[in-house]
Amino acid sequence: MIATGQTLKAVEEVQGRSLWVDARRRLLRNRAAMAGIVILALIAALALLAPLLSPFAYNEVNYDIIACAPNWWPVEAACRAPGHLFGTDSVGRDLFVRVLFGARVSLAVGLVATAVSLLIGVLYGATAGYLGGRVDALMMRVVDILYSLPFVFFVIILMVLFDRNFILLFVAIGAVEWLTMARIVRGQTLSIKQKEFIEAARAGGVSPFAIITRHVIPNVVGPVMVYVTLTVPGVILTESFLSFLGLGIQEPLTSWGVLISDGADQMETAPWMLLFPAVFMAVTLFCFNYVGDGLRDALDPKDR
Amino acid sequence: MSALLEISDLDVRFDLPDGEVHAVKNAGLIINPGECLGVVGESGSGKSQLFLAAFGLLAANGRASGSVKYRGEEILGTSPQRLNMLRGSAVTMIFQDPLTSLTPHMKVGAQITEALRLHRNVPHTEAEKQARAMLDYVRIPESARRLNQYPHELSGGMRQRVMIAMATITGPDLIIADEPTTALDVTVQAQILEILRNLKDEKHTAIAMVSHDMGVIAGIADRVQVMRHGEIVESGGADEIFYAPRHAYTRMLLDAIPKADESPSPVTDIGAPLLTVDDLKVSFPIKNGLFAPAQTLRAVDGISFTLHQGETLGVVGESGCGKSTLARAVLQLLPKTGGRVVWLGRDLDAQTQSDIRRLREDFQIVFQDPLASLDPRMPIGVSIAEPLKALEPQLRRETVRQRVRAMMQRVGLEPGWINRYPHELSGGQNQRVGLARAMIVGPKMLVCDEAVSALDVSIQAQIVALIRNLQAETGLALIFISHDLSVVRRLSHRVMVLYLGRVVELAPSAALYADPRHPYTRALLSAIPTPDPRIERAKTRLLLTGDLPSPLDPRAQLTFLKSRLGEPGYRPKLEQVAPQHFVAEHD
Repeated sequence: MIATGQTLKAVEEVQGRSLWVDARRRLLRNRAAMAGIVILALIAALALLAPLLSPFAYNEVNYDIIACAPNWWPVEAACRAPGHLFGTDSVGRDLFVRVLFGARVSLAVGLVATAVSLLIGVLYGATAGYLGGRVDALMMRVVDILYSLPFVFFVIILMVLFDRNFILLFVAIGAVEWLTMARIVRGQTLSIKQKEFIEAARAGGVSPFAIITRHVIPNVVGPVMVYVTLTVPGVILTESFLSFLGLGIQEPLTSWGVLISDGADQMETAPWMLLFPAVFMAVTLFCFNYVGDGLRDALDPKDR
Repeated sequence: MSALLEISDLDVRFDLPDGEVHAVKNAGLIINPGECLGVVGESGSGKSQLFLAAFGLLAANGRASGSVKYRGEEILGTSPQRLNMLRGSAVTMIFQDPLTSLTPHMKVGAQITEALRLHRNVPHTEAEKQARAMLDYVRIPESARRLNQYPHELSGGMRQRVMIAMATITGPDLIIADEPTTALDVTVQAQILEILRNLKDEKHTAIAMVSHDMGVIAGIADRVQVMRHGEIVESGGADEIFYAPRHAYTRMLLDAIPKADESPSPVTDIGAPLLTVDDLKVSFPIKNGLFAPAQTLRAVDGISFTLHQGETLGVVGESGCGKSTLARAVLQLLPKTGGRVVWLGRDLDAQTQSDIRRLREDFQIVFQDPLASLDPRMPIGVSIAEPLKALEPQLRRETVRQRVRAMMQRVGLEPGWINRYPHELSGGQNQRVGLARAMIVGPKMLVCDEAVSALDVSIQAQIVALIRNLQAETGLALIFISHDLSVVRRLSHRVMVLYLGRVVELAPSAALYADPRHPYTRALLSAIPTPDPRIERAKTRLLLTGDLPSPLDPRAQLTFLKSRLGEPGYRPKLEQVAPQHFVAEHD
């Protein structure tokens, strides 16, 4: 028994770790995910510091340099705009500062709307799936009804009721995106609910709410993360679609979606107008994908 | 006599991300025509991989080297065409899980005749005729109708018989049966083994019987090889292995099997019962499509019993008899349809949900599948602490931590393992985690729902010993549910035999095993394979024919009371035949 006493003393140092601590450790070891996080942070920092980084304002129009290439542009161009790192757009505004301002809007919409959909969708779906029966049927019919509302029509009503507002963009997109999330999570919950460890938790006296938050949600993380990485780009594109219809961001403010759609029109004469916002957006989406994969793997203890 | 199959120096290695696994080490064996070779070993001993490798069925990351000769022809590394010709025609296989090894969308008849048409080029009508004959041979009733059914319409035992029919129809020299009865109930297992024995005797088919169960091997094998960690540690005739084992591991395997003479120490304190269950009923509606009226499945159909402190009640019965439903209804994990459950004088019906949650400190459960009953994303330390945190939220963190550590030591786990995840532990260790989680709140009653059924015999013996020690220390009352009568005998003071949701016999353990009164109990007892070849060979089996009747059939309850078949809805009553010995009416 002496030996046991000693081992007990020796292992007293071993601290209990939760899944989240382990997950953070695993995430920190995942190079692709960490690179993604660093690049995203860099883009976000650039977007926040945009006014300090450029001598030009995002709404400063200069008719002398309409759609001019940056000085370093390797291909022959109709005109050059010295000092403008990414060239200028079709009314002579600095593209560099506009891309960074666009990042503000796009990232904010992407992250906030996704976070909202994640929060509501996961809680709603997990609750419906776990409780089951009539509650589930009722909750999912609500989702069905909301699904059936035409999205653009819904946005227009919001605009009419509350006036045009930047916040409305988040509300409108968030209100639609959480529906799919709720369905996915509910489906996963239904299958997890059958597992024996849920029954074991019930037998252990764990309350339904704690079962949902401690057992169900961590176990639906895999498919949820995959869907989140699809939602962020989806939301960014939805925003550009709304802006295109004149329901979203208004000039002179801009977003990546708007910049890309403008740039696509000028693709043949001024390719930089498409190239820069597109590269930023593509890099961002790549990073989100890697971060999402990294999170999913980090939260799966079987993955080393 | 030349050997049918000769394997020598067979090595099997798997490339895994964590490194190479040497699954089979330098194994060699010989199977002669018409004989049965038993290959015994615990899980992970490489016994299945040995045969899969020999016939080129290894997973993509596996490599085999050595020599495998079938009738003198080297087949290891031969062309896939040649192997395909051999497999399914001269050498066939039967696997453990008959549901996953039958194609779900193909009718039984088509699957059986497939091999015939591929290998023997038999015309369609002739193949069908042979398939029917084969189904009759493996004793499947109504063979003509069965040919047109899908696998999911058949019971587990029936499916395994279909597998045997498929494996036999081409008239092979050798059948490799890989744990063919492990997933089946004992009475069905006995039927399947009988069929395999007939195959060997009548058709002179050689059988390689791979199993973890010494009892199954004893009943059928002529020679036995014992495998451990990929090596063959002992081989010899069945009598030698069973009566004069030389290797320590073989002796350990034989010793780990529950013996008849073991019984728990008697209950000392018979006070008021802890638990009284009175006429408990649980039924489920079975929906047959949208418009058809729902049928009622009576999973538990009027069960009454009492349980005292320190007492163990064994509950036995085959799958579908309602033993797990009974446990869940008693523990208030399932809503019951009728009857009463009284805990320490308190009727649990009268309690609110939150009262019942608080009462869960008193009764806990350990589940069958140790891995499935633990949250895969929770370190085991957190899992063990969970009931404690839920039921005694006022406890300080430090106290919880200490109690988890103490409990882990008590059940034989390293306290330093608190951060491990269930998949990093073995089945036995995970079951210890399950026990620790149940015991940490200091329950007065523990329900073990097939708690040792998924474990290897040696681990099983350890867990049973642990449960017994815990009971001796804490005066725990136990409801020990199992389909395995020999394990139940080791632990139980009284045993309750269930059949289709009703008690057919309830008696003190010794009386039940020595003097079973009900025909169903007798059949169950006679179906248990004994790890003793002489007894097994001499045994005349009380075989139940066919499968368990459907519990939806109202006449099913009267299977053993045919004289009352004229009175629908009649339920056999329990009659007292000796002190504490109750038997349901039967003919």
